[in-house]
Amino acid sequence: MLDLSNISKSYDGQALLRGISLKVRAGQTVCILGPSGSGKSTLLQIIAGLEAPDSGHVLWGRQDLGSTPAHLRNFGLVFQDYALFPHLNVFENVAFGLKMKNGFPGKATLRVHEVLQWVGLLGFERRSVIDLSGGEQQRVALARALAPRPRLLMLDEPLGALDRALRETLLDQLRGVLRAARTPTLYVTHDQDEAFRIADRVLLLHSGRIVRAGSPADVWAHPGSAWVAEFLGLGDVLPGTIVDTGTHVQTEHGTYALSCGHHHKRGELIHVLLRPHGAPSGTVIRGIVRDVFFQSASYRVMLTNGLHIEVPRAPRIGGVASGNVTPECLGRDRNS
Amino acid sequence: MTTLATIPGGHTSRLGHSAFRRAALWTAPLIFLGVFFFLPLVRILAFSLRLDVFTGPNLQLAFETLAFTFYQAAISTALTLLVGLPAAVLFAHYSFPGRAFLRAWTAVPFMLPTVVVAAGFNALLGAHGWLNVVLMRSFGLDSAPIQWVGTLGAILVAHVFYNTTIVIRIVGAALSNLNPGLVQAARSLGADSRRAWWNVILPLVRAPLTAACLLVFLFDFTSFGVVLLLGGPSISTLEVQIYIQAMQLLNLPLAALLSLIQLLCTVGFSVLYARFATRSTQTSPRSAALNLRRPGSGPQRLFVAGTVCVLATLFVLPVLAVPLRSVSRLDLDRGQRTELRSGFTMDYYTELFVNRRNSIFYVPPIRAAANSMGYACATVLLSLSLGFPAASALARPGRLEKFLDPVLLIPLGASAVTLGLGFVLAFGRWLMHPWMVPLAHSLVALPFVVRTLQPALASLPTRLRQAAASLGASPFRTWQAVDWPIVGRATLAAAVFAFTISLGEFGATSLLSRPEYPTIPIAIYRFLSQPGGLNYGQAMAMATFLMALTAGGIMLIERLRWPGSSEF
Repeated sequence: MLDLSNISKSYDGQALLRGISLKVRAGQTVCILGPSGSGKSTLLQIIAGLEAPDSGHVLWGRQDLGSTPAHLRNFGLVFQDYALFPHLNVFENVAFGLKMKNGFPGKATLRVHEVLQWVGLLGFERRSVIDLSGGEQQRVALARALAPRPRLLMLDEPLGALDRALRETLLDQLRGVLRAARTPTLYVTHDQDEAFRIADRVLLLHSGRIVRAGSPADVWAHPGSAWVAEFLGLGDVLPGTIVDTGTHVQTEHGTYALSCGHHHKRGELIHVLLRPHGAPSGTVIRGIVRDVFFQSASYRVMLTNGLHIEVPRAPRIGGVASGNVTPECLGRDRNS
Repeated sequence: MTTLATIPGGHTSRLGHSAFRRAALWTAPLIFLGVFFFLPLVRILAFSLRLDVFTGPNLQLAFETLAFTFYQAAISTALTLLVGLPAAVLFAHYSFPGRAFLRAWTAVPFMLPTVVVAAGFNALLGAHGWLNVVLMRSFGLDSAPIQWVGTLGAILVAHVFYNTTIVIRIVGAALSNLNPGLVQAARSLGADSRRAWWNVILPLVRAPLTAACLLVFLFDFTSFGVVLLLGGPSISTLEVQIYIQAMQLLNLPLAALLSLIQLLCTVGFSVLYARFATRSTQTSPRSAALNLRRPGSGPQRLFVAGTVCVLATLFVLPVLAVPLRSVSRLDLDRGQRTELRSGFTMDYYTELFVNRRNSIFYVPPIRAAANSMGYACATVLLSLSLGFPAASALARPGRLEKFLDPVLLIPLGASAVTLGLGFVLAFGRWLMHPWMVPLAHSLVALPFVVRTLQPALASLPTRLRQAAASLGASPFRTWQAVDWPIVGRATLAAAVFAFTISLGEFGATSLLSRPEYPTIPIAIYRFLSQPGGLNYGQAMAMATFLMALTAGGIMLIERLRWPGSSEF
């Protein structure tokens, strides 16, 4: 299906994308997760044919799309600000792609109704898109992109402009729609909750490179680098040196026994992730409480030495608290 | 605080003027408009609605002139669109070296006096113009090979030169306000760039595009100086015919009838324009920079290069031709075929100070400059003293102001020649009075003065003034620290506006100025309509002088203009 190889792009001499390669297989939802300004939107524009890469290839199967203009690629694109046509009503917006493709035959009306039903907007056909709420506009944009049966759907921060409650609802609806449409999907977001909930596969984009790829569970369990661990907020990341026979790491906060099972050499410099958890295993961290904040099932505590732990009951600020963390090595530190 | 909130519309009513103060502010402007605009209009109406005017030949002349006016305005508008649309796209979508400069330059013609524009095209393509002189010299010709001045083509090109900036500004603004995602969405939905343009962009810019067309058409319809100076004797639009009937054939009733027709047309177009203009401002303002990109592909580069070339040729050459021609001796001596005396000369300038016995003036031509300066100063005084109270009242609008605001703008809708004719009909007895010209100029300048002052006066920060007062500043110190920096700037801008308008005004002046008191535009017109290289050179020297003054004025206004003043 979609196959990107070595895509690079720079703006005004600043490299934005450096050698991006990825694949999206049939029926798969792939999520590109990265902070704002990491070039996610540009990557989608390149795939859609709205921007040309400086180097690299966009392939569909074995076909190179380099010379295929945007309107012949049949890739659907949902924009962050929806980009609905303000002069057309809901029906005309959704029918736009069908009209461009085959001059709008009679059965196209059926297709418009079908996709409007998927997004729960049947009966909205004659409404002006300007009068719709943000969530409704977002769903019209999704229906518009799906109507011409694109072979790939791309969503660029589709829920970015909506409030949290609405985002939750729409995210579940979106999963349903994507399953119904069975279209391979590339989903771009800066929000990890969104990414982990919707994706079959997550790609983390950092300064123009994909720094980690894998299933949500895999990426969560094995972040693989200090940047990913910090971006996902998995715990405290500390630099350290391997001591003893390679089983312990020495940091400014103390020496921890590693539980990763890798083979480390004495004297090696690594980053260690102290992942807090509620279970009574791993290493115990103790300290004076500087701050406490509530986190759905437990309390996250910041100690005066800067480290974090999770505890079931809220301790007193200024008092002593202790909790368990699992020290994990973050690989051979490519990102230091 | 609670008492404040209970006053309905507390903020404005506290700051608003009392009824008495309002009446005082409006008295002078309204009397002025009544006497010098509406009274002349009534006189035109009275003259044109006499039975003996409606004769067969008169009606036929009126109809033919009207038809031709429509015809030339329609072609001019179409040609202006042809140049203006690509230019609007160019400035809205592409960044290239010199973009800001070229964009600013395209606005210059709009502000240039008509006589200067006519002189510019004459200097480029006229019988004594650069192109003809070069051709005659290269091929040893006896007479100018290009007989271009005096044709409809000359008028059309000058109109395009004048009004392209309107399309660039209005349509360009609409284009750069468009969400770039819309076109991308259309492209990703299977529309090629032509269909994306047709199905998405065009429907979205239809209102501003229509507004721009109507405005261009209105200006082409009422164009006077360009048609008179570049068109031949056989070409006459309504404006020119009014002038001919009034000044040359002394058929005032027919002139009045034509004026009435002209007035009805312009009012109709203005109303239409106003409707589309308000509709077109409803686009959401977006960062225009989002739409700017460097030309990437080959066709894009070709488009940018081609459009830039056309714009540079059309806008730069006529403007440069005048000053260059004014210091170049390019006389062809009669009888000597290829003997062309050429070279740098200041003769045309020094000749302006000489009072020749057989000259077309009774005074040294430079007196025209002195007259223009005098009239312009009088116009500044008049229009400021009338515009200031009106703008103060409009800055804190009440119900009265909502009604009076458009009334102030009505003189803009009447053409300059109609204003002049109205003066002739209403004040024929006092026509020799030197104040007639500045009075007419003030009528033209007043809407601009009010529009320049009003946003500045409205933006006077009451809060800041209260803050200054609470910090212990005396009323004078407060005025000095808060009001003056804002009002002073706007007043200066308005004054320069009035000054520049008066300097370049040609339509009304051509009917009102006395032969022995010519203004600069009148002098240029007379020089250009006389034969001989010396007269031609002096026209160029005068035009250069006027161009320099106007350009200086434009630059000053741009620097002083209070943000928020509208361009059109």
